Amino acid sequence: MRLAHQFAMENELIKADCIESIEFPDLAQKYSVYAVPRTIINESAFIEGSMPENFFLERILETLGPCTGTSGAGQ
Amino acid sequence: MGLLRDEDVVQIRERFKELVNPVKLVHFTQELNLEYGREAKQLLGEVAAASDKISLEVFNFLIDKEKVAEYGIDKVPATVVHNGKNYGVRFYGLPAGYEFANLLDAIISVSAGQSGLSEASVEKLKAIAQPVHLEVFVTPT
Repeated sequence: MRLAHQFAMENELIKADCIESIEFPDLAQKYSVYAVPRTIINESAFIEGSMPENFFLERILETLGPCTGTSGAGQ
Repeated sequence: MGLLRDEDVVQIRERFKELVNPVKLVHFTQELNLEYGREAKQLLGEVAAASDKISLEVFNFLIDKEKVAEYGIDKVPATVVHNGKNYGVRFYGLPAGYEFANLLDAIISVSAGQSGLSEASVEKLKAIAQPVHLEVFVTPT
């Protein structure tokens, strides 16, 4: 969880929510949360489990596609 | 009775010695929010009491519509951690168990205004030019 919040601190376009799945069962069901942590990106893509900073960031950038920004940041 | 044990409070006070700038915990709750809403509010009150650099503001999700819109809250209980600048660091639900450690980490990072990420990551994050909404589902244990 910590990484998502850290990412949010670096760009105001990024918002990071830590969601307690037991308290929000409908949402957990909507996003097929059967194991945690499960990270949902822009209500569509997801990342299962926790991973190191660079892997987690790369997975997010891959999801955003080639128009994420400038200077090859999406690679 | 407090939700935090005395020995926890001692440890939390110790960690909060690292706090640099004031941090605000903005909490949204609602009357009908079962047991969790009440517990979350109490827990945050106890956390805020552990440092004079932390303040807690509580709003009602059903009544304080302006604040709900300002912070982009869509469900409760919700807690935003900010330092005057709203970074989009939010917790939905009771931040207990492992998530309690994340709450403390978030408070310390936001107080310093520094994410603590590597320079390479920061560069890539700053280059993102479209909205990104990360929702991390967790459980308390």
